[in-house]
Amino acid sequence: MAYDYEKYIRPGKLPHIWCPGCGHGIVMKGLIRAIDSCGLDKNNTALVSGIGCASRLPGYLDFCTLHTAHGRAAAFATGVKMAKPEMNVIVMGGDGDGTAIGGNHFIHACRRNIDMTYVIMNNLIYGMTGGQFSPCTPTGDKASTTPYGNPDPTFDISKLAIGAGATFVARTTAFHATQIDKLIAEGIKHKGMAIIEVLDDCPTTYGRRNKFRSVIDMMKRLKDIAVPVAAAGKMTAEQLEGKVLTGVLYKEDKPEYCEQYAKVIAKASGAK
Amino acid sequence: MSGTRIEVIEKYCKGCSICVEFCPKNVLEMDGFLAKVVRLQDCIKCMQCELRCPDFAIKVYVD
Amino acid sequence: MAKKVALLQGNEACAHGALYAGCNFFGGYPITPSTEVAEVLSNELPKFGGKFIQMEDEIGAMASIIGASLTGAKALTASSGPGISLKQELIGYACIAEVPCVIISVMRGGPSTGMPTGPGQSDVMQAKWGTHGDHATIALAPASVQEIFTETVRAFNLAEKYRMPVQVVYDEIVGHMRERIEFPEPGDLEIINRAKPTVGPDKYKPYDTSFGDVPPLAAYGTGYRYHVTGLNKAQDGFPTTKAEYVDAEERRQIRKVEGEVARVDIEKYEEYLTDDATILLFAYGSTSRSARYAVNELRKEGIKVGLFRPITLWPFPEKRIAALGKQVKAIIVPELNLGQMNLEVERVVKGACPVISIGRVDGEPINPGQIIAQVKEVK
Repeated sequence: MAYDYEKYIRPGKLPHIWCPGCGHGIVMKGLIRAIDSCGLDKNNTALVSGIGCASRLPGYLDFCTLHTAHGRAAAFATGVKMAKPEMNVIVMGGDGDGTAIGGNHFIHACRRNIDMTYVIMNNLIYGMTGGQFSPCTPTGDKASTTPYGNPDPTFDISKLAIGAGATFVARTTAFHATQIDKLIAEGIKHKGMAIIEVLDDCPTTYGRRNKFRSVIDMMKRLKDIAVPVAAAGKMTAEQLEGKVLTGVLYKEDKPEYCEQYAKVIAKASGAK
Repeated sequence: MSGTRIEVIEKYCKGCSICVEFCPKNVLEMDGFLAKVVRLQDCIKCMQCELRCPDFAIKVYVD
Repeated sequence: MAKKVALLQGNEACAHGALYAGCNFFGGYPITPSTEVAEVLSNELPKFGGKFIQMEDEIGAMASIIGASLTGAKALTASSGPGISLKQELIGYACIAEVPCVIISVMRGGPSTGMPTGPGQSDVMQAKWGTHGDHATIALAPASVQEIFTETVRAFNLAEKYRMPVQVVYDEIVGHMRERIEFPEPGDLEIINRAKPTVGPDKYKPYDTSFGDVPPLAAYGTGYRYHVTGLNKAQDGFPTTKAEYVDAEERRQIRKVEGEVARVDIEKYEEYLTDDATILLFAYGSTSRSARYAVNELRKEGIKVGLFRPITLWPFPEKRIAALGKQVKAIIVPELNLGQMNLEVERVVKGACPVISIGRVDGEPINPGQIIAQVKEVK
């Protein structure tokens, strides 16, 4: 017996468009395992995305899939969820799509604490357009539009999500494959806005400009920089330099948006 | 290892070599641009090759 | 039984028309002079389990109604000038993905922030060509509070029937004036709901033209799983760059609105004393009210003037305007812009008669005196 990914993949859609070594496929597998472990009904699950390499993900999978416009996934998803709260809504997208052009929708979806799961594949670059710097490209790094090194400071997506009001925030990497499905599953089960940031690799447009000789170098970096939250407590500031925390970074129980609106309906319709 | 089989779906494999690199037992090797199972007897069914294959090109069958 | 009557503002009538049509989702963002539509619906929708959401911006509002519509909701947004500019990206998305929804565009002065509390009619070409790419447009232009109600109902009907975004464009004067309105009883006005699939989920394709130019749309969460994208797509909904599929889909999406049969169904206009007219006024929205007054005054003097008032602005009533162009000596087009629909009239009459623009963009309405003076000049 082998794991049955095919159960969730639309017939004839593989191979996918992603480059050799791109971690998006690893995340897609993790998503499938998470959805399967949560037992979500395909008919009642919407996968929503924006534009970019990562946003092509829903098209491969056999759900109600909505490939929207650049940056707008969270806003479309909000409409779906608000209109039909019984649907499971999962957003899949990249760092540029989610935090630059879609930044406003992202923070406000977090603020509302609407019950959806947003998996943001952070590969530090705009891949589909050929490697322009994103809000997550490290300062000093090379991109096709930062030939002298990136002068911009960067977003920490998870901190941004926590600050904006998301009530479940977790981080992992494309290297940590088994953690991907566990965290996504936990996010799906969480009532409220769940952000799962997956640090990802783009060997084609980021790696080769930034001294990564191969996909393997990029994967090793993901392995090396990850520090589990529990372990970080025992480490010095010096030891944590250049590392990123992984695991569940934040979890809180707060009123969920559709439930809050149900109270508005009860009040307006005079129901007790 | 008896009962274990690793299938490389060649039409999906893009030759990234992640499976080869991170197999703790060196079960796989690159054969040109494709991954190839060469030491199946050493496989410990850890599934890391399948889990990290971005291309849905590796299936590990276990009993 | 006497009908329920009220003294309502145009924007309020719009909200009530939407509710009559079965609207159960509103996604919006505050902007003058359209905000009252949102205010009324924030109060009314939750009374029966409908949903109101104030989004973080105009684009988000447009996104939310498309998402809601895909679950089967009848969804509305309302905005004005700058807000409508922001929505254009996703109006195009609703066109190509063929998602029914209604957009209210209350026109103020422009461009940019312009004159937020002043009237304008300078967004009528935006309604047609605001979003990029070839696409068909349905836009309705009511001229009274009662008509805002009925045209909002018709906008929902057309959106559902033709599976596309439909805009209701009216100027700030009509949006903010108060008039007596008679509420239609349930059943007085026709209500159209989108066609549902007649095949099972295994056979369903979201753009299956074997069901005609407007394929049935399944709602998310009803057992039909399909893909929706803003990319050019084939009949199965998945992206394609194959020339023959792209071409066929683009042409179908325009034909479904601009084809002969559809035009007859969608086009709507009112003619006032045009039978014997030698001079024609072409006017819409608040300006048509001044034009009508001018016709009455001029007729008293024996001047044969008539009024053509498009209620459907897009698609443009080409055939009828072309015929009138051959009948009259001149067509005068008063509008609160510097000649936008004037250009369209010119295009259609093909030089059969002179087409004269009366444009005004100073924040004041065009008064009958201005129109009367122009008619006398060409008489």
